[in-house]
Amino acid sequence: MYFFRRTLFLIPLLLVISMVAFTLVRMAPGGPFDKERAPASPEIERNLKAKYHLDKPLPVQYAIWLGGVLRGDFGPSLKYRSHNVTDIIASGLPITLVLGGLAFAFALGVGIPLGFITAVKKGHWEDHVGGTLAILGICIPALVVGPILVMFFGVRWKLFPVALIGTPMHLVLPTVTLGLFFAGRVARLMREGMLGVLDAEFITAARSKGVPERDILLRHAFRTAVLPVVSYGGPLLADLMIGSFVVEQLFRIPGIGVFLVSSSLNRDYTMLVSLVLLYAVVLLVANLLVDFAYGLLDPRVKLA
Amino acid sequence: MPTTQQSARSSKVRALFCASVLLALISQTACRPAGQQADLRIINGSEPESLDPAIITSLADSRIVKCLFEGLTRLNPKTARAEPALAAGWQISPDGLVYTFDLRTNAVWSDGRPVVAEDVVWSWRRVLDPMTAADYAGQLYFVKNAEAYNTGQTNGLTGKRFVASDVGVYAPDEHTVRVELVGPTAFFLDLCAFPTLAVVPRHWIEQYGDRWLLKPGLPVNGTYRLENWRLNDRVRIRANPLHWAADEVRSKVVDFIPMSSPATAMNLFVSGQADIIWDKSLIPSSLMDVLRKKPYCHTFGYLGSYFFRFNVTRKPFDDLRVRKALALSIDKRRIVENITKAGEQLANHFVPPGTADYESPEGLAFDPEAARRLLAEAGFPDGEGFPSFTYLMNNAPVDAQVSVELQAMWAKELGVKMEIRQAEWKVYLSEQSKLNFDLSRSSWIGDYNDANTFLDLFMSNNGNNRTGWRNERYDALIREANQQTDVARRRGLLQQAEQMLIRDELIVAPIYFYAGVNFFDPEKIEGIHFNLLDEHPVYAIKKKTK
Repeated sequence: MYFFRRTLFLIPLLLVISMVAFTLVRMAPGGPFDKERAPASPEIERNLKAKYHLDKPLPVQYAIWLGGVLRGDFGPSLKYRSHNVTDIIASGLPITLVLGGLAFAFALGVGIPLGFITAVKKGHWEDHVGGTLAILGICIPALVVGPILVMFFGVRWKLFPVALIGTPMHLVLPTVTLGLFFAGRVARLMREGMLGVLDAEFITAARSKGVPERDILLRHAFRTAVLPVVSYGGPLLADLMIGSFVVEQLFRIPGIGVFLVSSSLNRDYTMLVSLVLLYAVVLLVANLLVDFAYGLLDPRVKLA
Repeated sequence: MPTTQQSARSSKVRALFCASVLLALISQTACRPAGQQADLRIINGSEPESLDPAIITSLADSRIVKCLFEGLTRLNPKTARAEPALAAGWQISPDGLVYTFDLRTNAVWSDGRPVVAEDVVWSWRRVLDPMTAADYAGQLYFVKNAEAYNTGQTNGLTGKRFVASDVGVYAPDEHTVRVELVGPTAFFLDLCAFPTLAVVPRHWIEQYGDRWLLKPGLPVNGTYRLENWRLNDRVRIRANPLHWAADEVRSKVVDFIPMSSPATAMNLFVSGQADIIWDKSLIPSSLMDVLRKKPYCHTFGYLGSYFFRFNVTRKPFDDLRVRKALALSIDKRRIVENITKAGEQLANHFVPPGTADYESPEGLAFDPEAARRLLAEAGFPDGEGFPSFTYLMNNAPVDAQVSVELQAMWAKELGVKMEIRQAEWKVYLSEQSKLNFDLSRSSWIGDYNDANTFLDLFMSNNGNNRTGWRNERYDALIREANQQTDVARRRGLLQQAEQMLIRDELIVAPIYFYAGVNFFDPEKIEGIHFNLLDEHPVYAIKKKTK
């Protein structure tokens, strides 16, 4: 029932988001058909606008677009005029999802153990090294990490392809570039969570009962300490699932992350609003999943 | 209740299942559908907006379109001048107003249907159809009644709107196309090779409407067929065995890789994942002095001008002396030697050197002394009282550097203060169209090898004018030039027009002529010849066999 209510609430929320996006994007100066070379006559531009309903009042345009969306058609791209937005998303989204999924797995796979070890070995060399690595991951942006990885692993040592897709090897450098920042964040969150839990009374009680240290750490401390990571996991997953402009651009990955920025620069209204809507859906669903995960992990949380 | 062992086993099974789903997803999406490596991989500039000849406007798009759809003529790989293509030959009437093209009898669509004269007529009328809204419809305005039909004018004689059949292109029989022109257009054969005038498959477009390009089995009449097009990934083309010159095609499978990051383009090229970089904007200009020494870097003269526009409707730029003072105080050498560094030529005139049948009049060179004198005459000695003005530019790194250099030069030589207004691309275009600037960075690449492609921009009604300048004499000179069959007389008229543009009225201040830049290893690639249009038909290019 709880999830049904939450899902129902998404509908008006998405409507408002799409409406705001649709209005805001029109406030930017310039239009989709502004080019360095002016059309041969103003008539051509008028026809172009009429063809894509841009000559109609904004509410009418919105209604036309929304009608299409309800039928599963996001309309034509105003920049890539031979394609429609649905096709572009259908072609790019799976790639973005795979890359995002891999980066998510990388972030958790590296971040959680790193945070766990640095907390357990607090004050030891493992803590210092791990902590430094986590901070480096957070501080150095993908814009810097990516080219460095490409220079050494791609151009110099020729271990991985420098860009494009084609084989699973093509995804290694983009995954690391995309996931490194999040791995650092996850490691920090995990470490903080573990440190907080290890001082808790129930851990002391477990120790006094003679529960083996391994069980205390993995079974009792871990489950509670990982909750901040789970909270962070929702927006993190949404961020990764919608793609990264920097990483997709740098490695020339045909996902949809690139379009989120390029469509706003190109004033590709239909594409931009559709992507904003998609992002909103992913973010809201990811948050819903986080709530669900909380219910499973933390017995104190009950979803009624 | 499951035992601990059972639950451990089931979680392993789940993990294994998830891993296999993930692997399947990766292999489905991350691996190219057509796994075969192309014979030639070309980094081609930004993603094509379309591959419809009537819609495309960019060079990157036109390079691919020229492989797929052919017009009556095509450009020679060496000279970039028109040669027979779909038309095996032609006759021109003595007054230069009527062209009769004889189509090849062995030209077919890739689905086996013959390409007939009616296809040409239909394709050209489609470009002009107001509903197609073709940006480049103006390329056909040299044909009789084309402009009137495209812009929805009314015929004074009949009182009705011009219709498609009024346009001066006819198919007297299956293999003859007759074209009637408004005036004797000296460059018409070159225009026939322009992608907007290419022939498209009527039967396919009528069947599939706006989605015709992406339907599998697309019939083409060019040297290549479209095999695959995934946005931001690649456009793959494969040799068309039914083309009349199929045996000339030297690379069977070609990938065009869309790219907008110079760093990624260079990485792909140096790591051997791409064979050619074609787009000048993909060469990092900051590295140009180093890259130019590499054997794979080729630079050559190119039909493009870099300049800035004056908004002559604004004070004090409505004063010719002010415009001249600013133009005379630009040390262009500093710009090409310190910023662009690709071997660009200094520009004192607007039409690039080497343009066919043309030689530009002498423009204004660097003369700060004369500049100061003119500014003083205009009432601003040593820049005193000169209002602060803005220089509108888009946010490209080279343009930013050029504008900073201009700012410094004008401050030093004239004592005037300029503010740089860096705008996002669409804002820049919009502001330029609305004349919302004092000075604006500009550039122009010629569509065909003739001075007209540069000079007609500044005719009063041309949408590309964007200076606020309207001059009847200038318009008359261009019109008269395009009515001439005599080459020398036409040249003289165009020179008079250009002299107005760059000296007598000084509407634009030329800075440099672009250099074409291609990256490819001549030890590995053959068939690329350097020419003014940077025109390199793909069918003529191949990788050398070891």
